[in-house]
Amino acid sequence: MFGPLICKPGSSKNNKTGSWRVEVKPKFLQKNCIACKMCLVICPEACITGNEKNTYICDYQYCKGCGNCAAICPKQDIVMIKEDSKE
Amino acid sequence: MPEHLFTSGHTACSGCGQSLAARLVIDTAGPNTIVVNNTGCLEVFSTKYPESAWQVPWVHSLFENAAAVASGVEAALKYLGTKDTINIIAQAGDGGTADIGLQALSGMLERGHDILYVCYDNEAYMNTGVQRSGLTPFDANTTTSPIGNNSKGNPRPKKPLPEIALAHGIPYVATASVGFPQDIQRKVKKALSIKGPKYMQIHVPCPLGWRHEPQLTYAIAKLAVETGLYPLVEFENGVKSARQIKPKPVEEYLKTQARFKHLINNPEELKRVQAVADSNIERYNLKLQ
Ligand SMILES: Cc1ncc(C[n+]2csc(CCOP(=O)(O)OP(=O)(O)O)c2C)c(N)n1
Ligand code: SF4
Ligand code: SF4
Ligand SMILES: [Mg+2]
Repeated sequence: MFGPLICKPGSSKNNKTGSWRVEVKPKFLQKNCIACKMCLVICPEACITGNEKNTYICDYQYCKGCGNCAAICPKQDIVMIKEDSKE
Repeated sequence: MPEHLFTSGHTACSGCGQSLAARLVIDTAGPNTIVVNNTGCLEVFSTKYPESAWQVPWVHSLFENAAAVASGVEAALKYLGTKDTINIIAQAGDGGTADIGLQALSGMLERGHDILYVCYDNEAYMNTGVQRSGLTPFDANTTTSPIGNNSKGNPRPKKPLPEIALAHGIPYVATASVGFPQDIQRKVKKALSIKGPKYMQIHVPCPLGWRHEPQLTYAIAKLAVETGLYPLVEFENGVKSARQIKPKPVEEYLKTQARFKHLINNPEELKRVQAVADSNIERYNLKLQ
């Protein structure tokens, strides 16, 4: 194929990478959150949203379960739990 | 919350440091930005046709010439009279920057284009299966610097690319790390406020190539800085500043990654890696007084 190939901006969102998670997923406890935003800043999947204290959450449609949000949270307010747990 | 300019659904490995660094860079640069991207993991995982994770104009160059293509984009914007309102970022991996793209980068720096060049340094050619590059660290086990009876891994130290960029007399050079994400944001902001060629090199752990647990991406990047193995330095018009550290032993960093596993019970070799950190600490005056 010749010429430029042009795609729709942000169309990667069609690709639901949440299915990649195998063992663990983050649980946002929303108890001791100080709204420092570090989880949002570090998430490689750009799938964390939130604004006020105790409002941060990830979009499980995209979260790959890497665990860096839990690792960076200074309040240990994000924990990694088993993928199949009902919580 | 504001939409990211680099979106979910990209296909980087879980915990990929490069994907999070690229998002920090473009979110800081903002929507008035054109990105030119070399071939490499970032290009592959962010633009799986017909999808794209980019919400800004983004051009794929060849493996070797993002700096040259970006130079052309800059010249065109100058001709149109719109350069002053638009940022241009050229970006590539360490292989694409330190090895095959070095000529194009040098030309871009020497001609004085108003472009921010970002090198995502995951310390090997990851997209093609972990071959060593000029930025692979001393003693790392890669597929082209394998360990064996007569080999402890990569026999050469990292190419001093920030200094090579600096030698072109450009106004801004900085190293950064995903272990210090706000520092990346600050440096991108500063770089884009300066006219002329800028060079930034960001240390980005690669769980696949470094063989580490994905949840350790942040912690490992931080340790590289805290041991002195990846100094965070900044040169503004040639004047140096550096993040001060209380140096930790290099072993704390090395033991987190299987690419360095062969060094752990080898005091002789550990000493040689420690010497690399010590010489960085002295050279850039990193020790917290
Ligand atoms: C001229 C040319 N040679 C080789 C390749 C194959 N190739 C594609 S990506 C890549 C490695 C990229 O390494 P790096 O720049 O460090 O980026 P990373 O994938 O590690 O992020 C290579 C060798 C190519 N695309 N073009
Ligand atoms: S586990 Fe990883 S991908 Fe999932 S929300 Fe946390 S940082 Fe993002
Ligand atoms: S191989 Fe490394 S750089 Fe490439 S997507 Fe995976 S983690 Fe990122
Ligand atoms: Mg690389």
